[in-house]
Amino acid sequence: MNTIKKDVVIIGGGPAGLAAAVQLKNKGISNIVILEREKQLGGILRQCIHDGFGLTRFKEALSGPEYAQRFIDKVEILNIEYITNATVIDITSEKLVTAISGCGLLKYEAKSIILAMGCRERTRGAISIPGTRPSGIYNAGVAQAYINLHNTMVGKEVIILGSGDIGMIMARRMTLEGAKVKAVFEVQPYPSGLPRNIQQCLNDYDIPLYLSHTITNIKGNSRLEGITVSKVDENMKPIPGTEKDYTCDTLILSVGLIPENELSLAANVELDNRTKGAIVDENYQTSVDGIFAAGNVLHVHDLVDFVSLEAENLSNSVANYISLGKLPKCNIDVLTDANIGHTIPQKISGEKDVKLSMRVKKPFKDCEIDIMQNNKVIKISKFKKAIPAKMLEVKIDKIQIKSLDNIKVVIK
Amino acid sequence: MIKKYTCIICPNGCEIKATIEGTDTITSIEGATCKKGEEYVKQELINPQRNIASSVLVKDGILPLASVRLTKSIPKKYIFNVMNEIKKVRLEAPVKINQVAIKNVLNLSSDVIVTKNVGRKN
Repeated sequence: MNTIKKDVVIIGGGPAGLAAAVQLKNKGISNIVILEREKQLGGILRQCIHDGFGLTRFKEALSGPEYAQRFIDKVEILNIEYITNATVIDITSEKLVTAISGCGLLKYEAKSIILAMGCRERTRGAISIPGTRPSGIYNAGVAQAYINLHNTMVGKEVIILGSGDIGMIMARRMTLEGAKVKAVFEVQPYPSGLPRNIQQCLNDYDIPLYLSHTITNIKGNSRLEGITVSKVDENMKPIPGTEKDYTCDTLILSVGLIPENELSLAANVELDNRTKGAIVDENYQTSVDGIFAAGNVLHVHDLVDFVSLEAENLSNSVANYISLGKLPKCNIDVLTDANIGHTIPQKISGEKDVKLSMRVKKPFKDCEIDIMQNNKVIKISKFKKAIPAKMLEVKIDKIQIKSLDNIKVVIK
Repeated sequence: MIKKYTCIICPNGCEIKATIEGTDTITSIEGATCKKGEEYVKQELINPQRNIASSVLVKDGILPLASVRLTKSIPKKYIFNVMNEIKKVRLEAPVKINQVAIKNVLNLSSDVIVTKNVGRKN
């Protein structure tokens, strides 16, 4: 069987893969291919039909499919090769890519691989809700696919667990389609989605949001019949005596997203236990030379605009990698204090300006994020508010980086 | 009277505190990080506006549905009336982004437009 030689193989034709491909082509790297497992390009945006995408990039409130199409159009105009219905089943650290597709088994030998596989949803099994196992329990994204792609309504009387953005958006969507969404329950003492979605998806439709609550029982044999909800204490443990029963035929879980990195592991890419995505340097290069990652496969984003931007920055590095054969070493580790969930990148060189993306672990008001090196503050950034739902960015100029010692990010 | 708002214009979601006199006069406003915050509060007081997204059935398409949205926000109170109009629409493939599914829906000066290309089934 023939092995096809490529400069770059891009795994995933969602927002990250599309933006990466367009930017590579614009940088003169033409021998590239996008491998997409679905029938069409666009990734998760195909089912995100609500508006609000592209406010930063296009200064317009587009729907997900429209946002994706802007990039798909560029891919077509630039004649970038893409193969749909092609599932990558293996990648190696030698940059060999194996995919199964409508035209059979495909094998590529690439100079560089871009990981752009996105993320998947945390499931009922991962959060261990007790009770029976009836039908009628869906992940929010699965319900979204049923309703927005397959024209299948998932239920009539709905409870939502988790205040993630997709869950709230589905609360509104199902309400518009005639379902009764009774309540959203969130185990944390603060919402995990964006404030605007609490307003426009829940408050607008009088859907109550209960914080510090979780589901402690699921009832029903063939179809879901109801759930029991309990208040939780500060350690998120259910408080006995606070149980309340709700009837419902549908339970939607919006309890978090996990970067999809099975393939990355196959190539020995080192993952960050906090993000569940790859550990990358300022070039978005992973621990494996020539393998790069951006978008939700790297860390879960709240805005697609940032995914596109990240993928474009990645492609700038990949273009350099292709022409130089390697990139400068990044030996400065970026460490965080307990209230910062993680940063991307996790490693920098100190040789150029760098933007750190991060998330806080709990809400802060009128806070400052300090970048420290050798116990000295080298950069202060002030924020009116910082919430776990929203990614923050802090820029460090090269000139502020004084040595090759590790950097620490602290919030106060 | 002091009222609290979460601005929905952009993902920042500013938490705005506004002092309202009478029914719609804002005497003071804080918390908005841009000018759009005040416009939003004003609109919320007089006539809250929202955009909605849904889908319409497509005949002979490679997908059963084409997603749609409004070109311009409509008064919140007409959301379900507009949904009823959207439910009546049947398009025939192929459909293209920006194709008008309903012109000037319920005379609200907003069009329902298609937001996804759906090719024709062979």
